[in-house]
Amino acid sequence: MKFSLISLLKEGLTGNRGWPRQWRDPAPKAAYDVVIVGGGGHGLATAYYLAKEHGIRNVAVLEKGWLGGGNTGRNTTVVRSNYLWEESERLYEHAMKLWETLSDDLNYNVMYSPRGVLMLAHSIHDVQVGKRHVHANRLAGIDNEWLSREEVLDFCPILNPATDIRYPIAGGALQRRGGTARHDAVAWGYARGADRFGVDIIQNCEVKGIIRDASGKVIGVETTRGYIGAGKVGVVAAGHTSVVMGMAGVRMPLESYPLQALVSEPIKPIMPCVLMSNAIHAYMSQSDKGELVIGAGTDQYVSYSQTGGLQIAQATIEAICELFPMTRRLRMLRNWGGIVDVTPDRSPIIGKTPVEGLYVNCGWGTGGFKATPGSGHVFAATIAKGEPHPIAAPFTLERFTTGRLIDEAAAAAVAH
Amino acid sequence: MLLILCPYCQSRRAELEFRNVGAAHISRPSDPQTTTDAQWGEFLYQRDNPKGRIAERWLHIHGCGRYFNAIRDTISDVFVTTYKSGEPPPAMPSEAKP
Repeated sequence: MKFSLISLLKEGLTGNRGWPRQWRDPAPKAAYDVVIVGGGGHGLATAYYLAKEHGIRNVAVLEKGWLGGGNTGRNTTVVRSNYLWEESERLYEHAMKLWETLSDDLNYNVMYSPRGVLMLAHSIHDVQVGKRHVHANRLAGIDNEWLSREEVLDFCPILNPATDIRYPIAGGALQRRGGTARHDAVAWGYARGADRFGVDIIQNCEVKGIIRDASGKVIGVETTRGYIGAGKVGVVAAGHTSVVMGMAGVRMPLESYPLQALVSEPIKPIMPCVLMSNAIHAYMSQSDKGELVIGAGTDQYVSYSQTGGLQIAQATIEAICELFPMTRRLRMLRNWGGIVDVTPDRSPIIGKTPVEGLYVNCGWGTGGFKATPGSGHVFAATIAKGEPHPIAAPFTLERFTTGRLIDEAAAAAVAH
Repeated sequence: MLLILCPYCQSRRAELEFRNVGAAHISRPSDPQTTTDAQWGEFLYQRDNPKGRIAERWLHIHGCGRYFNAIRDTISDVFVTTYKSGEPPPAMPSEAKP
């Protein structure tokens, strides 16, 4: 069923009883041309673009839990493309361009809201690095502009203007096309779009093994719902990528950490943009429901616990209270953790693996949501053609042997 | 927050006193001339990242200032044991004690 003004009016007037299921709940077939392991945003987007752009429709997406129940449903929904290095700029800007037309493309409102992402500077060093960042982005054709201290306070009036605090505001870099999108809608929109092309989305189906023939080529996966044959397998398993790739005997340069976020009670609109401070590790935006959405940091140790230490969230709250004094009496409603897979250079890995027929898209670390459409788009092309998409080509697994890293550890900083 | 037993101080202290410094029992290739790119890549970047027991290094940075090793379960975050640097990883007890 296509969403349109007419269908919305009709359903609105008749009690919204006529909406059908948005995607099927099929039993797995014996075999598929491509099996995607992981039903988050990136996996579903991969399946969607495989079907839409490459005509590969005999595809299954296997999800061990429910759609978008992992990091897709746990992130802070920030969208931006102001990365430092050219390789990253191309990748994240590719995603940004897709965000701009995604709701139309999917016929599903992903609520992309380009409200601006403002990254604060607190010292002369922050200002120098921030301006360099702005210039690098503009050379790459990505919008980013420098705001003076006065312009920052004008753009986001609830910031603390005091100059006698530990981290006073010295300026900021603003990407106006950056903003937020609705994370659940992204998973649901891609699921619905892929399903309409005939992709089977199979939930509650955990992959237990990757099966290879005598030559080493992948021929299928063993799951909790039985064996499923596959011409190609794409692993998009975020924090569990090391575990899944281990089933094929491939070691990964990844470490999985808990990353936390929290939301406040809903209040009237106070927050005009997404605001980040890398120096004191705080970032915040306001959801359409009115909750302030706050991202905290990762724990310092490898863990799959999907919870983080309370002191991590506390440090972020202290920073938020200093930046936004008016939030000091707000109550926090929920606090949760997700498991993020972090690479040594903080850039993702998209492409082929040493195992024939096995592809991987991982290592998005603390900031994968913003790349969801672009990640799925280039990964689908990589799987379909068997060769890396030009934008994905620098993000190979081999770069950890050749040493040609894409070091966004400092450029992307901690807040994504 | 974790409570961590420092094997030097013999005291169970809050995680705030410690710094996690990554995987344990990784040794630098001893002969750079004959070390291949793949071996350097393994030493520098490849990690076990297990869902289960991990051997990792900790630094008691706000305590005795010494490095030690630990075995921890990455699902429950329960420490199985901690032991001094230079000691081999102990034989695994079957059940983790909370």
